[in-house]
Amino acid sequence: MKITRKEFLRLTGLSLLAGGAMQVVRAIGQGGTAARAAASQPVRLGMVIDLSKCREKDGCNECIHACNTTHNIPQIANRAHEVKWIWTEPFGTVFPSAQTGYAEQSYTKVQVPLMCNHCAEPPCTRVCPTRATWKRDDGIVMMDWHRCIGCRYCIAACPYGSRSFNWQDPRPAIASINPDFPTRTKGIVEKCNFCEERLARGMKPACVEACPQGVFTFGNLADPESEPRDLLRSRFALQREPELGTGPSVYYLM
Amino acid sequence: MFMMEKALKGSRRYWIWLSCVTCFIAVGLCFYLRQLDQGLGITGLSRDVSWGLYIAQFTFFVGVAASAVMLVLPYYLHDDMHFARITILGEFLAIAAVVMCILFIFVDLGQPARVLNIIRYPSPRSLMFWDMISLGGYLLLNVIIAFATLRAEREETRPPQWMKALALISIPWAISIHTVTAFLYSGLAGRSFWLTAILAPRFLASAFSSGPALLILLCLALRRLARYDAGEEAIRKLAVIMTYAMAINVFFVLVEVFTVFYAAIPEHAVHFEYLYLLGGAHTLAPWMWISALCAIAALAILLTPAWRSRWLPLGCVLVFGSLWLEKGLGLIVGGFEPSPLGEVTPYVPTLPEWSIVAGIWAVGVFLITMFFKITVSVRKEAEG
Amino acid sequence: MRDRVWIFIGLAVFVAAFTAPFWHVHAKTSARQPDLVLPANQKECVAPASTMRDAHMQMLLNWREDVVRRGDRRYVAFDGKVYEKSLTHTCLGCHSKAAFCDRCHEYSGVSGPYCWNCHSDPQATVTRSRP
Ligand code: HEC
Ligand code: HEC
Ligand code: HEC
Repeated sequence: MKITRKEFLRLTGLSLLAGGAMQVVRAIGQGGTAARAAASQPVRLGMVIDLSKCREKDGCNECIHACNTTHNIPQIANRAHEVKWIWTEPFGTVFPSAQTGYAEQSYTKVQVPLMCNHCAEPPCTRVCPTRATWKRDDGIVMMDWHRCIGCRYCIAACPYGSRSFNWQDPRPAIASINPDFPTRTKGIVEKCNFCEERLARGMKPACVEACPQGVFTFGNLADPESEPRDLLRSRFALQREPELGTGPSVYYLM
Repeated sequence: MFMMEKALKGSRRYWIWLSCVTCFIAVGLCFYLRQLDQGLGITGLSRDVSWGLYIAQFTFFVGVAASAVMLVLPYYLHDDMHFARITILGEFLAIAAVVMCILFIFVDLGQPARVLNIIRYPSPRSLMFWDMISLGGYLLLNVIIAFATLRAEREETRPPQWMKALALISIPWAISIHTVTAFLYSGLAGRSFWLTAILAPRFLASAFSSGPALLILLCLALRRLARYDAGEEAIRKLAVIMTYAMAINVFFVLVEVFTVFYAAIPEHAVHFEYLYLLGGAHTLAPWMWISALCAIAALAILLTPAWRSRWLPLGCVLVFGSLWLEKGLGLIVGGFEPSPLGEVTPYVPTLPEWSIVAGIWAVGVFLITMFFKITVSVRKEAEG
Repeated sequence: MRDRVWIFIGLAVFVAAFTAPFWHVHAKTSARQPDLVLPANQKECVAPASTMRDAHMQMLLNWREDVVRRGDRRYVAFDGKVYEKSLTHTCLGCHSKAAFCDRCHEYSGVSGPYCWNCHSDPQATVTRSRP
């Protein structure tokens, strides 16, 4: 078979193009099937955090400790390089718009547990250039640590500061490695996964289990009979910056 | 086809210059290897300021690359023959700038070994995907156009017919690369500093002044060092473009400042306060003021008829410096400070970070030197 | 013609450099089979041994896609046994990383899979965490 240089170049170009186009088409197709599967049996996992119970035990950080040991979170002294999945901030920082300016000290100083909001419309998954982070059909915003290239676009997109980057090798900063969950490496992003690996084994998230006050209520927000829905029906709840349209799945009871 | 042989013959000065530039590349490479080994922790970046100098420089050089359209447009669309000698220099500048952009993105990645995941798992919902396509396409267009033009000149034939078509395609394409780059930032709900529709127009305005400023300086250098004249009239026209683009850019910034401070929504104002209030932890404020003063001085020089032509080089330096600080540093860092939780983590680029940036600059300088050398040799031969 | 010496020296250096990997491997490794420690109390792997030898890398990558991206953790083996699709829990539940995986990888010159940057070897971590 004879082939001229020009033809060869043209064929190579065309097949490259076709290959690329197929990938794109497949990507779009996958998005569609995921959406359809979700519509058939609605599950939206979420968390309700009762701040009034949390306040009763000032200075307690059992939830944070449980998460750190479950997921091998490194404890890095340099604040700039911290990695955190669940942590606390003062109420005024977390809900700047819920303050009146003459607010009562008792709750403005309260420490509020923060974690990934597992948004209904997550801005982080939208921007990820490799689909290393995406929303599962049950509402968990997952990370594929095998695929993340460390571009940190998701960190820029997250309005809640829920994502951390591994600025260094985390292993030396983990006091004792829990072999049940892999660590991460330098150069990738990580965040709370709602203990997806524990849920798969029928367990509750580590923070929920560890809390001595029963502050956390975890369940299916799409099910009107679920525990978290019960609480949300009867108590006044806040979400972090709902006006951004992200639809956080973490609610705070006052 | 690339006429590399022309870049391999040069004076002593040429080789000394290239060796110096190579030294910078080598130093940058050494620091990059260290960054690969130890992680991005050796930069000044942090959990709160997760993008810094690398991404800011990327943004700035996308602008420089896009600005080639300010030569292609009058030359190919309006057949303005004054631009005959300078257009190709602009295209080569664009090629070097895009290469720098790609390198800046690459050194910013935490897992560079996985970079091909962007192609293996394309995600059209991400603007980074479109940025990759637009930058890659633009690079290809300019490489083809620039080298095909040169080749035609060397062989003293007319450039092929499809060339003009490609050049015309490259015009909207140039606009698109910088628009998409602006959309990278302006589509993020949580970052009110960038969440403004004027970001893309502002990017274009600053691009069309910083790029020509650099190109004019390069042409003036060529005239002195290589006795190659890009054309007095072309430089004059380019200076006019640069001046008005700069004026428009300053106007856009002021429009932004008005909206933010008159409406006085704290969430929007804090970023400007971070950038421009002197004192405290606001490490960037002095630089932003220098940038503002440079902009004012540049406009004063460029808009005053008596000073315009005499002080043109100074005007170009001021324009370039002002925008380099504003866009190549402040614009990205300002979006992260303060963080969504209201914290200000000082960002100071470290020595390794500066060295890597300098190394990438050196790659750009190296490419420009070679491209311009090839161009000048081919043209001098053709002119006899 | 005086260049001839240089040409031959150059050629020699080139040939030496080009074939260096072969010499290097020859000097370092013997042709003996690696001495793999197989699980004492188990007879079968999660697939026939020959399949495992050829395709365990692809299987692991498939598992990882299934678990992480599809939430599918159940693996039914060829002999009907059910396993969890897990590198640490399943593979290392039977095999020793150091005396099995690493030994063969070293022998076959596979640069140690980067998986261990994150996934732990339970044997190694247990000893490490008890100071
Ligand atoms: C139930 C215990 C068990 C589990 C779980 C298991 N293996 Fe095995 N594996 C064995 C046994 C036993 C053999 C030897 C089988 C034989 O020789 O027929 C073996 C053989 C192998 C071999 C071939 C070795 C050779 O002789 O060349 C490879 C490779 C291997 N396993 C890899 C894996 C990997 C990878 C996993 C995890 C996906 C895994 N094994 C999980 C028990 C297990
Ligand atoms: C009989 C020898 C042998 C044993 C035992 C073995 N491997 Fe491998 N493994 C190989 C070879 C050979 C390759 C390279 C295959 C290739 O590149 O196509 C490989 C490749 C891999 C890869 C892919 C690496 C990459 O960079 O793509 C992984 C992951 C892996 N092995 C995991 C394991 C684990 C886990 C075990 C122990 C449970 C194990 N292997 C035991 C021979 C072995
Ligand atoms: C950057 C760190 C990292 C690297 C490198 C890595 N993994 Fe993982 N891997 C993880 C994490 C974290 C999980 C857990 C995800 C979850 O359960 O939510 C995981 C889960 C898995 C799982 C399923 C669950 C389990 O317990 O094993 C498999 C299989 C797996 N990885 C295989 C691999 C293989 C094979 C490699 C090497 C080719 C590899 N991984 C490299 C971090 C990593």
